[in-house]
Amino acid sequence: MRKIVERIAAGIITCSGFLTSIVILLIVVFLFSEGLGLFSSKTIEEGYSLVVNKANPVEELDARQIKEIFDEDITEWKDVGGTGGKIRLLRFDDMESLFSRERLGENYEHAEACLDSLIKADAGIIAFIPDSYASKLENGRMLDGHEISVGEVLGGNEWFPTATPAPQFGFVPLILGTIWVTVFAIIFALPFGLSVSIYMSEVASVRTCKMLRPIIELLNGIPSVVYGFFGLTVIVPILQDVFGLPVGESGLAGALVLAIMALPTIITVSQDAMQNCPRAMREASLALGASRWQTIYKVVMPYSVSGITSAVVLGIGRAFGETMAVLMVTGNAAVIPLSITDPLRTIPATIAAELGEAPAGGPHYQSLFLLGVVLFFITLIINTSVEYISSRNK
Amino acid sequence: MESKMSHMDNSRRKLIVENAAFFIFRLLSGVIVTVLFIILAFIIIKGINVVNWDFLTTYPTDGMKAGGIYPAIVGTFCLMAGSAVFAFPLGIMSGIYMHEYASNGRLIKFIRMMTNNLSGIPSIVFGLFGMSLFVNYLGFGDSIIAGSLTLGLLALPLVIRTTEEALKAIPDSYREGSLALGATKLQTIRKVILPMAMPNIITGLILALGRVSGETAPILFTCAAYYLPQLPDSIFDQCMALPYHLYVLATSGTDMERQIPIAYGTALVLIVIVFIINIMANAMRNYFQNKLKTN
Repeated sequence: MRKIVERIAAGIITCSGFLTSIVILLIVVFLFSEGLGLFSSKTIEEGYSLVVNKANPVEELDARQIKEIFDEDITEWKDVGGTGGKIRLLRFDDMESLFSRERLGENYEHAEACLDSLIKADAGIIAFIPDSYASKLENGRMLDGHEISVGEVLGGNEWFPTATPAPQFGFVPLILGTIWVTVFAIIFALPFGLSVSIYMSEVASVRTCKMLRPIIELLNGIPSVVYGFFGLTVIVPILQDVFGLPVGESGLAGALVLAIMALPTIITVSQDAMQNCPRAMREASLALGASRWQTIYKVVMPYSVSGITSAVVLGIGRAFGETMAVLMVTGNAAVIPLSITDPLRTIPATIAAELGEAPAGGPHYQSLFLLGVVLFFITLIINTSVEYISSRNK
Repeated sequence: MESKMSHMDNSRRKLIVENAAFFIFRLLSGVIVTVLFIILAFIIIKGINVVNWDFLTTYPTDGMKAGGIYPAIVGTFCLMAGSAVFAFPLGIMSGIYMHEYASNGRLIKFIRMMTNNLSGIPSIVFGLFGMSLFVNYLGFGDSIIAGSLTLGLLALPLVIRTTEEALKAIPDSYREGSLALGATKLQTIRKVILPMAMPNIITGLILALGRVSGETAPILFTCAAYYLPQLPDSIFDQCMALPYHLYVLATSGTDMERQIPIAYGTALVLIVIVFIINIMANAMRNYFQNKLKTN
C-alpha cells in the first residue's frame, strides 16, 4: 500500500517537473497555430476582389502596389507593369453616388450591369468589389489574388493592418522600433548599472550595501504600469519642453523608462558576478602594489566579464519584452524611426494596443500572433545566449 | 632622487584616478537612489490626497471620473488568489522533482533551461498564449479563471526556482538520517525536508504574488474589464484589476483633469500593496532565520 502511494506521488511529481517544458511547447504550438494562418490569407480583404478591364495586361499586384494605388500614390498603370493610361479607382461604396437608386435596383439587382458598363467604358479602371459580383462581369477580369508572403511580412516596411483594400503587415518598423528603444535604454542604463554594481560589491561599506539592496529590490518590484504612468506624467512633459518636441511621447521617453526598469536586473546579476571573484586574486593584486581601482578594472572586471555580459543581455531581454511602460510613453507611431526623439512603436506595444480591436481569426489578429512568435523567438535567443555565456564561465 | 619623485608622482596619480573613479560610482549610485525617491515621492504626494477610506471602498462613478476603486482592488486580490491556487502547488512539486527526484544530470539541465526560458518570456506573450488557450480554445472567455491561469504560468518559474533554492539549502545529512531510520522518500520529503524548507519557499511564494499583483499585459485580453458595476460572482466572470485600471485612467478617457488624480491614487494603492508584500516576505525570512538560529 505504502509502495503504491509512493509510486503515485513520484509519478505526479515527475509529471509536474516537466510542466515548464510543456508550457513552452504549448506556447509555441498555440502562437504558431494562430499566427501562421496569415500566410494563407489573401492580400486583399476576405470576400472582395480587384477587377480590371479585360484589355488591361496587368496580371497581378502585390499588397504594396495595391495600397499605393488606392492611396493614389501610384496613378499610372505603367508604374505597375501595365501599358500607360491613368488609373481610375472604383470602390463598391461609390456605386450609390454614381448611379441612381432606380438604376441600381431596390436590392442592387442591377448593380452587376452597372459595374460592367463602368468597367467597359474605362480601360484604366480598377474596381474593389465583392466576389459575388466580380466573378460574373463580362468585360472585367479579376486580378489573381495571391497570398501574403513571408517576405512581405518580415521584410515589409509598412504596418497598416487596417488599410483597405490591402492591409500592410510589414514587421520591419516594429522590429526596428523595438531594437531602437532597447539599444538606447541599455546605453543609458549601462554606466549606471555598472557603477552601482561596482560600488556595491567593491567600494561601499557593508552598511551602505544593506541600505542599497532593498532600494534596488524596490525598483524591481514597482509594476511596469506604474513606471509607464510616471513616464507619461513626468518624463514626457519634461522631454517635450527640453527638446521642443511637438509631442513628448517618443523613443527617448521609452528608452529612459526602460533604462530605469532594466537597472535592477543589470545591477544584481553583475554584482553577483563580481562578488564571485576570489579574494585571493584581489589580495594578490593589492599586494603587488596596485590600487583598489586598478584591482577593480584589471582583475575583478576581467574575471567577471561573462557575468557582466549576461547581466547586460538579461537587461536587453527585459527591455525588449516590456509592454505597458513602452506602450504608454513611446507614442506608438508605426513608422521606421529616424531619430530617437521621434515617436515609435515596439512589438509588444503593438500587440497590446491592437489585439483588442482585431477581429478574431482575421489577418490582423493572425499577424499580431505572428509578432508574438517573433518576440518569443528573439527572447528565446537572448535567454539561450545568457545560458551559454554563464555556462562557459563555469 | 629622480626615480623616487616619479614614484611619488605615480602613486599620487593612482590615488587621484582612484578617487575620481570612486567618486563617479558614488555619484551614479546616488542618482539611482534619487530617481527611486523621486518616483515614489511623486506618486505618494500626488496620490495621498485622493486615497481615503471612501476611495478604497466605493465604486467608480461618473464614467470613472469620480468615486473609488473598490472593484479593482477586489479584482486584483481575486487574481492573486487564483494564480496562487494554480501556480503554488504545481511549482513546488516541480521544484521538488528537480531537486529530490530527478537524477539524470542532462535532464535536470534541460528542465532548468526551460524554466529559465519561461521566466524570460515577455508578459505580453503570456497574454497572447492565455487568450488563445484559455479564452478561446478552452472556452473560458474573458474570466477570472483565464486571467489567473495566465498569471499563474507567469509566476511558475519564480516558484520553481525558489523551491529549488530552498531545498538546496538543506544539508543531505537530514535526508540520509531520515532514510536511515526507515522512512520512505515521500515521508522524508513530507516530514523532514518540506517543513524545513517551508520558510524560504513561502518567502518566494509571497514575492511571486507581488509580481502577479502588478502585471497588466497578461490580463489585458484574458480577464480585465474596463468597468464593472458589480463584483464578480464566479470565476467565470470578468473582473477589474488595479494595474489595468491605472492604465485605462492614464491613457484613455475624456476628462484627463479629473482622471489623473484618481490614477495617482490607484498607483499609490498598487505600490503600497506591492511594498507590503515585499516587506512581509522579508520579515518572514528574517523571522524564520532567527527562529532557526535559536532552535
